Formats: sequence, C-alpha cells, structure tokens
Amino acid sequence: MNTPIAERPLLGSRKIHAADTTFRISLHVAGALVVVVLLSILAIMFIGGKLAFDTFGLGFIWGTEWNPVTQVYGALPAITGTLVTAVLALCIAWPIGFGIAFFLTEICPEKLRTPLGVAIELLAAVPSIVYGMWGFFVLAPFMSEYVQPWLTNVFIWIPPIGDSFFWFTAPPIGVGMLTAALILAIMILPFIAATTRDVLLSTPQLLKDGAYAMGATRWEALTGVVIPAVRGSLFGAVFLGLGRALGETMAVVFVIGNAIRMPDSVMAPSATIASVVANSFPEAEPGTLDLAVLLGLGFILFVVSFGVLAVARVLLRQERMS
Amino acid sequence: MKQLTAATRARYFRRQLVDRIMGGLCIAAAGLGLVLLGMILWMLFSNGIAGFSLAVFTESMAQPGAGGGLANAIVGSLIQVGLGAMIGAPIGMMVGVYLSEVGKESKFAQVVRFVNDILLSAPSVLIGLFVYQIAVEPLGGFSGLAGALALAIIAMPIVARTTEDILRLVPQAYRDGAVALGSRENEVVRKVVLPAAFGGILTGVLLAVARIAGETAPLLFTSLGNTNWSTDLTQPMASLPIAIYRYAGSPYQEWVNLAWTGAMLITVGVLVLNILSRFSHAAVAGKQGG
Repeated sequence: MNTPIAERPLLGSRKIHAADTTFRISLHVAGALVVVVLLSILAIMFIGGKLAFDTFGLGFIWGTEWNPVTQVYGALPAITGTLVTAVLALCIAWPIGFGIAFFLTEICPEKLRTPLGVAIELLAAVPSIVYGMWGFFVLAPFMSEYVQPWLTNVFIWIPPIGDSFFWFTAPPIGVGMLTAALILAIMILPFIAATTRDVLLSTPQLLKDGAYAMGATRWEALTGVVIPAVRGSLFGAVFLGLGRALGETMAVVFVIGNAIRMPDSVMAPSATIASVVANSFPEAEPGTLDLAVLLGLGFILFVVSFGVLAVARVLLRQERMS
Repeated sequence: MKQLTAATRARYFRRQLVDRIMGGLCIAAAGLGLVLLGMILWMLFSNGIAGFSLAVFTESMAQPGAGGGLANAIVGSLIQVGLGAMIGAPIGMMVGVYLSEVGKESKFAQVVRFVNDILLSAPSVLIGLFVYQIAVEPLGGFSGLAGALALAIIAMPIVARTTEDILRLVPQAYRDGAVALGSRENEVVRKVVLPAAFGGILTGVLLAVARIAGETAPLLFTSLGNTNWSTDLTQPMASLPIAIYRYAGSPYQEWVNLAWTGAMLITVGVLVLNILSRFSHAAVAGKQGG
C-alpha cells in the first residue's frame, strides 16, 4: 500500500470535493510563487541595471576603471575582489573544515560527537555581522601589527613572488583582501564542517566495515572507500560554501577596505560586489546611472551565485537519489 | 604463523604512520576551529557585557555623550522579524506541503524544489536590493514593512525546505489510514499529516526566525534604520543589526560598546532559538520513534 494518494484512482462514488480543488490550487500557487520570486529578482536586477549595460556594453564587465566623478563604471575590480576573497577563503576553510568533519565522524570519542557536532552547527548560525565586527576590531589590527609585516619580510626575498600580484607587498594597514578572506574562511568554516560531516555520515556503514575488514586504516578507508562513494556530495558542500562566500556582505564590508580599483596585492584594500552594493547604495539616487550600476552588479552576482548554487544542488542531489 | 618479511613490516609501519599523521592533522584542525570560534565568542561576550545595562532596553538610541540604549532597535527588530516570519512561514509551509504531498516528483515540483534550494542560499544583499526596487522606490520611501517583506522572502525557502523534509518522515500508513476512513485529500493533510509533523515544522520556523533576526544587508535597502523610536510600519524603522553596523563603525567608544552589546544580544537570541528548535525537533522524533 505504498502508492501515493495522489496517484490512486478515486473510487466510483468519490468525486473531487470543492475543498480539495481549492486546497490543490492554493498549494500550486504557493509553489509557483517560489519560481516567480526567483525570476522577478533576475528580471528586476536586469531591467534596473539595463542602463549600465547599455552605457558601457560588455565593457561594464571587463572595465577596470571605477570613477563616480566621471561616471565611468567598470565592474572588473569588484568581480576580481569577489572571486579572489571567496576562492582564497575556500582554500583556507575547506581543508580545516574537512579535517573537523573527519574528526567528528571517525576519530572523536563517541561521547563528544554529539556535543561537538551541535556546537559546530550553532556556530554556523552566528550572524555574519558578528564575524565582521570581530574582524574589524580584532583581526585587522592583528594583521597590520604582526602578520602583514612578517609576510612582507619573508616574501621580499623571493623577487618573482614578492614583486608581483598575489603577493605580499602592500603597506600593512590591516584591512584588505587577505583579511577579508580570513574572516570569510572563519565564517564558512562551521558551515563547511557541518555539511561535510553530514556527507561523510551518509556513507553506508557496510562500505566502511568492508574496508576495515580488509585491514584498511581509518585514513585508507576514507580515501579509498568513503571519498569515492560520496565524491559528488563533497564537491556539492564545497560549492555551497563558495556560494556563501561569494554573496556575503557584512563579514566583508568591515575589513575589505572598500577601495574599488584593481588590486595589486592580495593584502591591498579592495572591494567585492556585495560590499560595493552595500557601500555605494546610500549615494545612489533612484533613476541615476549610479543606481543602475549597482543593480547591474547585483545581476552579475546573482547569475554567478545561481550558477555556483545550481552546481552544488545538482551534485548534492545526485547522491541523495542513489 | 608465517614470518613477516621486512618489506611487509616496513609497509605496515608506513601505513600506520600516514594514518597517525593525518589523524593528528584532523585533530589539530578541530582544535584550531574550536579555538578560533571560542575566541570570537569570548570577545563578543566580554565586550558585550561591558556595555550592558538596563538602559540598553529602556532607552532609545541617542546622540554621542547622551547615553541612550537600543530599545527602539530591539523593538524594531522584533516587529520586522515577527512580521517577516508571519508572512514568510505560512507560504513556506504551503510550499513544503506542495512538494511533499501534492507535487512530489512531478516536473513542476522538481523545478520548485530546485529554485527553492537556490533561494535558500541566494545572497541576502540582493534580496534587499530587489525589495528596494519593488517596494521602496515605487511606494515612496524606506519602511518597516519593506524590511519585513525582505525578511519574509529569506524565511520562506527555509520553512519550505524543513517542512518538506519533515513531512516526508510522516509514515505513509498515517495517510492510508486517514484515506481508509474516508478523509478527503485536504483533510488528510490538515488533520493527520500536519499535526503529526507539528514539532518539525516548528523547528523550521524557529530556524528561519533565527536566520532573519541576524540579517543586516537586506535591511540596509529596505527599512534603512532609524535613530528615533518608531513603530510606524510605513516609516523607516530601526533594527538591531543596522544599529550594530552604524555604531561599530563610529568613532565614539560608547557607541562601539553598544554595538558589542547589541551583537551579543542578537547572538544569544539566535543561539537560544537554535537550541529551542532542537528540542521541538527531538520531541517529534521521539514521538515517532515510540
């Protein structure tokens, strides 16, 4: 008797009741509303940003100059800042988050698993503005005092790295892409740890038992059996984390330095799309090019996040189905 | 027993060593994560308690040097979050019921599920910008109502997702039993499935409230913030996250202290909501297990 109700033929005398019809229609409307909201966000951003796309053409995306005085706007500095901080954050947070997940599933004593797991999930719920504040008052001063001078001193001896972009030759003022990436990394760390742990836990116990029965060590069981079994979902968790880092505003806006120009060093002040939108919005009057530019930026961010999140969902769903 | 060759023993030793090193690194990662996050919470609470006083709850925001508190921001947050949840949660529940009970694996339901998952993680700053375009600009100004609308759009997909997940846990036998007794489809859902999943749905609503209570970026574009006491939904309205944002970046130490206190209040609120949601979830899981 597992046939779902909806697919069961109605018995002869039972007709679809009016109440059932209203019920179904209202539920379909609610479902449709979700799709409508997403499409309207895309449409509103595009229509609102059309003036920016019309004025600068594709140069809006590739333009490197951002000058409100001459009304020349190119999005590349903000796009660069967004991608560099998000990817860097992921490179820092993912190995640590994965380590935490592996620790929670295999190494940690049974008694501590639940409390530590709950603690990680609670930390993932802390509002991002709290991370932003901590970055502004604690991490940024620490970076300018200790980390940045040290990095500069170390890398100055390696000329090809020390001189070029990436790299660590900016005045140590504390705020910048590196600090923003660190804050983002700390912020998405509990999130990545929690999702990765769930993915690792979803591996069938039988597979793991099989590996251990063959004499595998914990690490061999992980790399040889667990990871191949859940590879898609693991990447899905990474993309979810990336999606978060790309669109994050409040954790970044405090520590990025808000300089909209092409960064010449990973430590230099920069800007992300989200931080530009939040920071420039108060000066953008309705109907002006300034606001259209922000909406155009929003459109770009939305399309990029949509792509990243769509990949994440497809990867995560695949596993759920199998 | 066969004698192990030197090569076998060496390989065994190497495998053990790799396992130990990797395990050690994972323990170090967990330690590092906990220390970092512990440091953040410690900073938050030590600074938050320093600026804590009764005036935080009884007085509105004031000029620097004039004391003042966060009362208007706290009330503004309660209003906008409450209203946002009241709009977003019922719609989210309906979406969840649709996905679990009616749409299931149909093409349209799959699209809705996918889109809902995207909305769930969409950058909240863009939702603020979106609501600005549809509800602030055309209606002539920033308002508490627009803020609540933005929060509702963020809450909806969270509630939808948790509702669908929990409804799928309700045993099929419940539905079959109700149908066998002659219930109509809407009665099955309203009188049997939803009550059975009540605790789980409550979990979703509490999680959604916790999430929108800390949202800052969308409110920048919608309710803007207000330094005065105002409960008028058609006017700009204060909120805790916006107050924190403005005060944390200010040059006045007493404002910075208030920002820490506000951040502490929000964090405590969010953590309490999360813990409560665990209880309501545990209650429902226990009932089904028994």
